[in-house]
Amino acid sequence: MSTTSTVRSAASVAAGEAAAPIIELRNVSKRFSKKLDFAGKIAQKLGAPVKDETVHAVDGVDLVVRKGEVVGLVGESGCGKSTLGRMVAGIMPASGGEIFWHGRPLNSLSGAEARHAKLQTQMIFQDPYASLNPRMRVADIVGEAPLVHGLTRRAEWDAYVDNQMRRAGLDPAFKRRYPHQFSGGQRQRIGIARALAVQPEFIVCDEAVAALDVSIQAQILNLFMELRQELNLTYLFISHDLGVVEHLSDRVVIMYLGRVVEEAPAEEIFARANHPYTQALLAEVPRIEARKKSFAGIKGEIPSPLAPPPGCHFHPRCPHAFDRCRVERPALKEIAPGHKSACHLNDKVA
Amino acid sequence: MSASTASPAATTPARAPKVETPWRRFVSEFCESKLALAGLIVFAIIVFIAIFAPWLSPQNPYDLAQLDIMDGRLEPGARDGADTMTYWLGTDDQGRDMLSGIMYGLRISLLVGAGSAIIACAVGASLGLLAAYAGGRTDTVIMRLVDLQLSFPTILAALMILAFLGKGIFNVVIALVIVEWAYYARTVRGTALVERRREYIEAAQCLALPTRRVIFRHLLPNCLPPLIVVATMQIARAIALEATLSFLGLGVPITEPSLGLLISNGYEYMLSGKYWISFYPGIALLITIVSINLVGDQMRDVLNPRLKK
Ligand SMILES: Nc1ncnc2c1ncn2[C@@H]1O[C@H](COP(=O)(O)OP(=O)(O)OP(=O)(O)O)[C@@H](O)[C@H]1O
Ligand code: SF4
Ligand SMILES: [Mg+2]
Repeated sequence: MSTTSTVRSAASVAAGEAAAPIIELRNVSKRFSKKLDFAGKIAQKLGAPVKDETVHAVDGVDLVVRKGEVVGLVGESGCGKSTLGRMVAGIMPASGGEIFWHGRPLNSLSGAEARHAKLQTQMIFQDPYASLNPRMRVADIVGEAPLVHGLTRRAEWDAYVDNQMRRAGLDPAFKRRYPHQFSGGQRQRIGIARALAVQPEFIVCDEAVAALDVSIQAQILNLFMELRQELNLTYLFISHDLGVVEHLSDRVVIMYLGRVVEEAPAEEIFARANHPYTQALLAEVPRIEARKKSFAGIKGEIPSPLAPPPGCHFHPRCPHAFDRCRVERPALKEIAPGHKSACHLNDKVA
Repeated sequence: MSASTASPAATTPARAPKVETPWRRFVSEFCESKLALAGLIVFAIIVFIAIFAPWLSPQNPYDLAQLDIMDGRLEPGARDGADTMTYWLGTDDQGRDMLSGIMYGLRISLLVGAGSAIIACAVGASLGLLAAYAGGRTDTVIMRLVDLQLSFPTILAALMILAFLGKGIFNVVIALVIVEWAYYARTVRGTALVERRREYIEAAQCLALPTRRVIFRHLLPNCLPPLIVVATMQIARAIALEATLSFLGLGVPITEPSLGLLISNGYEYMLSGKYWISFYPGIALLITIVSINLVGDQMRDVLNPRLKK
């Protein structure tokens, strides 16, 4: 644990590259299918144009998160970020591909090991209102799992819970209260205390600040970074906003309609974005140094994930799209050390 | 709450020191309706009478030695043959004091009603939770059973079961459980399907809590409000159903009459002017069911989130 540096700098990023992967996704997919109900089946028999609907929420994603890293995962709403996060956190099984935890396939782990792996990866949820059980007191929300898993004993439980709350910036005096008696920011702190209470090494933050006021957002983000120093945590930081991720991440992964389109160290993404989608996202981030804007924002709507466009999913909105983009899916290829992009333009140049 | 949003790290909820628990809120909102409160008080009195019937009643109506057939069908307010007690509500054809009979009858009726409702609730709620949580085939099998159960007319199903099992308090309870569990299962499943999609359930799964714990400690408490409402209404229904079965002669044994059986006993004398043998047990049944329904109605209003302002 102590071998990895927790100081954020270019050097530590380089050191991070060498660290062992905590989690590795290989060609992971998640499909949600909605089977036709009885009425639908009859309608289909009668010739109505209805079919079983399948959403490819996550489509063949490769991803590695190494010990001590902060990886930012960015994409528009509905592109499958939460679904990916849930699979990483072990809440949801993948429908295709394999997930490795410390180099071992997640679904090959035995009962006790699988539980340990699950506990080591915790998730902070998008909605601070829905993610806390409204019928439990804060002390039980935070302290239930550690007690169940034997991380603390009855006699020390109170002190243990107090510690977790204090670490998340909550006054332990409020531990007898119910979630509805707290503000959004405080609730998110409760969620953080709950996750930290099982002593995880890796935390998936699913838009953990998106629902909060801007002033509170900064507080919670600072808390995440303090905790990272203190507890040597690894983060997968999910956001729809490149701006939020920029200041936190060592590495940034960009998703579009279930696929990874670009992946690079944070500095690299902001300095030399390769994929047209990333460039469009960057153009949307308000920045102090005015960028040379090649195009304003992203034109067009996000296509329905039920019927994604063939070839490169981005082609209907891409200003550089050409014939090949409409038929062939671009592969994610390394275009510079540590920088991968999935765009046919890169082949053209070469 | 909004006052505290701007305060820094160690934050302070802006509430009075008294902790507002969901239970306290429920009690204060329930008491807003005076009618429901009256219903609750009446019901509490009825329960009290039923529990302490042996100490409160002037006579033990089940003890044949205490009954005097010569006192049969005396009208309300009459004195008994030995001039030791007054039959305030008259007597039935066995010479049984109606007041005592009603007190003991309440006992049987409430026992059967509440007992069957509690068992049906436990069975139905567990199956409903399982259906919602497991989904897929488990869900389909359980819900088809529910549909099947609900498609039978309740009274017909209960009659068939009792015809098969025979008379007796225990058998009546079994019959009522079989015809009622489906209501609980359907209600709980509906709520649980919504609740299980919420992130706190995912959080519990992420914390690797055992499935049973997630279902009963996290999911169930959040499905309780509609369940309580249905349970209240179903207790009233079960009492009425038991009365109907006993009235039809398929319910409790004649030696330990419930309210329904008392009504049935006096039914043949209704037209000959001896109304009290059926009338007073009927009134007792009516008051019991109405008071439970008043409580249930208010609970539904208080616990239904859609009606919340
Ligand atoms: N349980 C589910 N059943 C069916 N479809 C689902 C389910 N969960 C997600 N989806 C679908 O998968 C796609 C990706 O959803 P996901 O929640 O992962 O997106 P997201 O990137 O997190 O979006 P947001 O920014 O809105 O949170 C969406 O089209 C969504 O409708
Ligand atoms: S592959 Fe084609 S459509 Fe897709 S981003 Fe590259 S240029 Fe645009
Ligand atoms: Mg999401």
